[in-house]
Amino acid sequence: MKIRGRIIRLGDNVDTDVIIPARYLVTHDAEVLAKHVFEDYYPEFRAKASGGAIIVAGEDFGLGSSREHAVIALKHSGVKAIVAKSFARIFYRNSINLGLPALVLRSNEGFDKLKDGDEAELDVSNGVLTIIRTGEKFSCDKMPEFMMKIIEAGGLINYFLKKHG
Amino acid sequence: MTGLTAVQKVLSRKTGRPRVEPGEIVEAKVDFLMLHEVTGPLAVEEFEKISGKVWDPSRVIVVFDHDVPPSTIDLANQMRRMRSFVKKHGVNNFFEIGRGGIAHQVLFEEGFDMPGFLIVGADSHTCTAGATGAVGIGVGSTDAAVVLATGEIWLRVPETLLVEVKGRLRKGVFAKDVALSIVGRIGSNGATYKALEYSGETVSMMSLSERLTLANLSVETGAKTGIVQTDSKSIEYAENSGRRSELLDVRSDPDACLEKIEIDVSNLEPVVSLPHSVDNVKPVAEVEGLEIDQAFLGSCTNGRLDDLLVAFKILKGRRVAPSVRLVVSPASVKVYAEALRAGVVEEIVRAGGIVTSPTCGPCLGMSRGVLAEGEVAVSSSNRNFIGRMGDKRSKVFLASPATVVASAVEGRIADPRRFLP
Repeated sequence: MKIRGRIIRLGDNVDTDVIIPARYLVTHDAEVLAKHVFEDYYPEFRAKASGGAIIVAGEDFGLGSSREHAVIALKHSGVKAIVAKSFARIFYRNSINLGLPALVLRSNEGFDKLKDGDEAELDVSNGVLTIIRTGEKFSCDKMPEFMMKIIEAGGLINYFLKKHG
Repeated sequence: MTGLTAVQKVLSRKTGRPRVEPGEIVEAKVDFLMLHEVTGPLAVEEFEKISGKVWDPSRVIVVFDHDVPPSTIDLANQMRRMRSFVKKHGVNNFFEIGRGGIAHQVLFEEGFDMPGFLIVGADSHTCTAGATGAVGIGVGSTDAAVVLATGEIWLRVPETLLVEVKGRLRKGVFAKDVALSIVGRIGSNGATYKALEYSGETVSMMSLSERLTLANLSVETGAKTGIVQTDSKSIEYAENSGRRSELLDVRSDPDACLEKIEIDVSNLEPVVSLPHSVDNVKPVAEVEGLEIDQAFLGSCTNGRLDDLLVAFKILKGRRVAPSVRLVVSPASVKVYAEALRAGVVEEIVRAGGIVTSPTCGPCLGMSRGVLAEGEVAVSSSNRNFIGRMGDKRSKVFLASPATVVASAVEGRIADPRRFLP
């Protein structure tokens, strides 16, 4: 499974309150949520993500509130995958459950070579992120087989329907 | 073979196996599932795609708490949607506006937080249930949807970080100061995917209410859950709950494989978490004198009767500073009624504070006291992220109820020790 998109670089400790503030948790309409994604923190985010983006972030991406609205907002904005030094656990689950690949970089070395705006390809199954411009490759931890199946099915609901339907 | 950690013991039972190992992914049986009006509607919508029947309606708990009573039409509609779900599926554990309060408090009050139970909630602070030896795990809406259909959830069995707390707390230093100090020590992602297990003499001396504060902040270290080892206080809670658990002694075996940290709190001073991260913990002395606009006392972390009684003591004979709003939200209707009987509500109102309905509202900037541009709040709640309580340029300092109320009186961040008898 391969994904292409432009890299959007984010820092450490990006919490779900900044991804989608609580004042918008009055709906789970994807378009409404995407409209307000990162509104207080990175207002240009949606415009940058539209057309397909791979987030490259630092430590503890998605900490805080369990709001799945954060993943919906990112996905609908055009985010195709997230690669980070580490993830907060509830966000990680939500991301997998909604079919949005979330991979952990194997080493922090060379992290700064992952530049904002660069076109990249993520081989989700093998855990390899390639920068198209330079051909440079970065290893990620492979997702456990069980989670990979959920991703391939397009999320936990589809996985469930496939298994039981 | 080594012994088992507390969380291994619980998850082994819930998977029907002699033992499960940290790192394994297992499918576990859930004792209770909690939904509220913010994450619930999405869970119900996803649930309806895969099933027409709730696995066991008596194990589902629905609470309205995030914006109570609702302040927008959208939220009112989300509640309407949840009421229709509750009715259709015969969910009796439903806590309507005016009958419950903040979900984690309601679960405790109603005896759901049984030692050895696995409680899944579509809310990150579900770990609060660990105060009485339950394993409380916060998840998103889709996870909750699958639990609604099957009663099971996939989980990675967590490693355990045993937190041993020693020492007697000095005057003016509270469980919240201990909990914030632990978060400061571990860091906001120092325990990601792990279970915290609290032990030690300081924890043994704590009331169940104080233990709820301790367990509540576990998630701010990235932990999956936080369990207070059971003792006579939690066993008494279990006996009074009218429920039965097969596992009342929730603690790790002495030879279990785990990491351990020790924290001595005998010299601890009142602390605050500075903006914008919970682990940015400093002694209150470092920010004393900083002017504030709002003081918030409430939330699932610190909105219980003992918290409100601290406010009562500090406010007696004093007034809230003219430049400050003191907003108090009792954590539940029960706490509200007790506070009324104890004269706490009257004292807060006399002093110039305001008491709201039990709700999460101010804590997450949803309703009843959001902050304007550039405003500063001191809050007894649990998060101080950018924009958490309102405008993105506002600032939140987290502290104990005593520090919050002392600061409200002074108009500046204050050391509560000067205000306590």
